[in-house]
Amino acid sequence: MGKDGGTNRERPAVHGADAKTTTNTGQATWNAIVQRTLKQNDVKLVVYVPDKVFTPLIKSLHADPDFKTFAAAREEEAVGILAGAWMGGQRGAVLMQTSGFGTIPNALASLAVPYQIPLIMFVSERGTLGEFNLGQALVCRTMRPVLDSLGVETHTITRLDELAFIVDRSIKQAVATQAPVAFILSPLLTGGKVFEA
Amino acid sequence: MTRTANAASFDNAEVMNRFALTQRLVGKLKREEAVIGGIGNTNFDLWSAGRRPQNFYMLGSMGLAIPIGLGVAIAQPARHVVALEGDGSLLMQLGCLATVAALGQKNLTIVVMDNGLYQITGSQPTPAAGVADFVAIARGAGIAKSAWAADEEDFDRLVDAALAEGGPTLIAVRIDDKPGVGATDRDPAQIRDRFMRGLGVKQAVL
Repeated sequence: MGKDGGTNRERPAVHGADAKTTTNTGQATWNAIVQRTLKQNDVKLVVYVPDKVFTPLIKSLHADPDFKTFAAAREEEAVGILAGAWMGGQRGAVLMQTSGFGTIPNALASLAVPYQIPLIMFVSERGTLGEFNLGQALVCRTMRPVLDSLGVETHTITRLDELAFIVDRSIKQAVATQAPVAFILSPLLTGGKVFEA
Repeated sequence: MTRTANAASFDNAEVMNRFALTQRLVGKLKREEAVIGGIGNTNFDLWSAGRRPQNFYMLGSMGLAIPIGLGVAIAQPARHVVALEGDGSLLMQLGCLATVAALGQKNLTIVVMDNGLYQITGSQPTPAAGVADFVAIARGAGIAKSAWAADEEDFDRLVDAALAEGGPTLIAVRIDDKPGVGATDRDPAQIRDRFMRGLGVKQAVL
């Protein structure tokens, strides 16, 4: 339990190296492309509050020693950690699901945006294209209006062949313009979470 | 932190003054340690204790002083980072204590200023006032080096130990209801830019 307060405590063993990096047709998977593009842009700190859709990405990030990857207890905590890391000279990204985004508007409006932090956000989109949970569908409708009202650059990514270009160019823009960016990963890209009744 | 036999408790900890403690803390920082001032009187008193380029002042995002400090500590492992946070703010983000403990962030010290009040909004009592013990909460979250400061001298000892021995460390202090001294300049971009220069991340001469 880390009682001496100074030792690393291992997280539960959800971090295998078994995440798929190629599709059945030999194409790179969305998660492999995101990981490679983050690495190419020196974004090597990843803080997440998990989502089913992110499972393969989280697994392969944990398995990659080039990344420091860990879970935060809450999404706005991750925003704070990444703001601090940026000011300390390290680039990072946060992974969250749509409902997690619903918890961070205050942290965006009072920290990331006014302090000009290039916060890199990946949101796995729940609440659309086959959603089965009304709460997810409703919170999803609040996401883009919040991002728009704050003037945050936002890209909804639906196609595998556009993923690397959008993420690569937008990270560079975020850093160069000192502004947050949100990548909304559509079920069209990731497959989303499917209702299994 | 060697003193556990006679460790102070909430009940026998002296009620001190936030500005006086902040001055004592800042006076001990000789190695360009980073300090994150939480929203409200916590960062007002940090500002008033003397401008340092390694100070970061929060103007919103209540509860994020510790996460911001953790991020700085991760990015700059050779630099010690102190997060100053109010009791009401910490209540908003208790989960971050577990994150800090899980990472075992050695170069991070947390100071909790506890007067049981939402002082800046009119001194309404927090739901924790007289009920919750932040040191017990922090220990329960996995930060073993957590202690109440019995008095100013004890605070000095705890800070010295935190800076020398490594953490993560949480020091809780009981403070009075005196208002903050002065008020921070509310210019977020300037605060961030100066802080990054203070941390050596931006180096061009302006």
